[in-house]
Amino acid sequence: MSTLKVDSIVDGGGSGAPTAPNGLTVGTTAIPTTGPLSNRNLIINGAMQVAQRGTSETGVTTSGYKNACDRYRCNGNNGTWTISQDTDAPEGFSNSFKMLLTATEVLGNIDYWAVEQKIEGQNLQHLKYGTASAQSVTLSFWVKSNVTGTYCANLYQDDGASNYPVTYTIDAADTWEYKTIVYDGNTVTSLDNDNASSLRATFFVVAGSDYTSGATGSRAAYANATFAAGHAVNVGSAVNNYWQITGVQLEVGDTATPFEHRSYGDELARCQRYYLDASDAYLFLDAYQTSGAYSSVYVAFPTTMRAAPSMFVSSTDSSNIQSFVGASVRTTGCRLEMRVSASGGRFYIAGGYYTADAEL
Amino acid sequence: MDNMNITSAQYVTDFEGNNDNIRATIDGTEMSVPLDEANRHYAEIMRQVEAGTLTILDAD
Repeated sequence: MSTLKVDSIVDGGGSGAPTAPNGLTVGTTAIPTTGPLSNRNLIINGAMQVAQRGTSETGVTTSGYKNACDRYRCNGNNGTWTISQDTDAPEGFSNSFKMLLTATEVLGNIDYWAVEQKIEGQNLQHLKYGTASAQSVTLSFWVKSNVTGTYCANLYQDDGASNYPVTYTIDAADTWEYKTIVYDGNTVTSLDNDNASSLRATFFVVAGSDYTSGATGSRAAYANATFAAGHAVNVGSAVNNYWQITGVQLEVGDTATPFEHRSYGDELARCQRYYLDASDAYLFLDAYQTSGAYSSVYVAFPTTMRAAPSMFVSSTDSSNIQSFVGASVRTTGCRLEMRVSASGGRFYIAGGYYTADAEL
Repeated sequence: MDNMNITSAQYVTDFEGNNDNIRATIDGTEMSVPLDEANRHYAEIMRQVEAGTLTILDAD
């Protein structure tokens, strides 16, 4: 073996810093040559560590955020599913997001089932969409299913409403496989610099014929035919079919770099911008008041939320209470307000708790 | 959009009598929805109001 010893490395012209136009690989690991060296992952909770709402929800048939991994939204209308944060994961990960079919449903031409994550536009401005310098992004993930075949992952752009469907293949049943997909930048339509959804990474597991016939591998104005173009399997075809995913990363550039593991606390704080579970709070309010009186306590959220959140408020015990609700809700906090229902005597809330929802 | 089943909606006023939020029952859960267009529950409430399928009651 030879050993190279040098005092400096210069570019081809004999001076200046060298460049690696075709990327840089050390061992088998691609080193980022585009974008930042940290905070690369545009996906939140990519390793499926955080599940504030709970770790499993059965009987799921409709779209929405379920009791499983934070930030992942089920989307569709076909089948009955158990959605969970699972402990089965590839080496280096502890959790995955799993969708298990528990009841089949006839697949109509406008039926589908998918999971997606929406990303705020103000977190995507460095992609430079809408300019000649628009950046490519690379989606990488670990996936496993008992159903082999061709799946669609669509990078949907809310601003301007476009689909960018690309297919990947699960080759072996019941085996974790690593996949990467490159999406070219959008030189035409920019991403709004605001707190609304601008991009969605959508993974299909079921798609009716109206959604699958379009072209893949390119961006096009939204049409049903490109929504899940190329998708050719039906995880919804038999009870106990499943599909699970983890290590989801969306990053600037055309090369997938190693997954950016973040601490649980870091991911939790990111998730709490969208959903906050304070069900272990133990708030106590009491008063000696007349009917119609108020008593309230201010709670500050641990992180500024994306928008003023919807508040679910409850308690383990109460007496003579007309209502106990969130009020004066802002992105930074709110009042939890107790209104009394009768004249005289003592009124109280004990064991008060809340959740705050500002999801996209 | 989410398939939200909204079965009731009523304004709640603040101390000065101004509408502060909407107390709504969404998918079987009662919650306080702030009057923020970026809030997806509020957006859906207003979409259903616009469609004529939901009415927000005045505050008590």
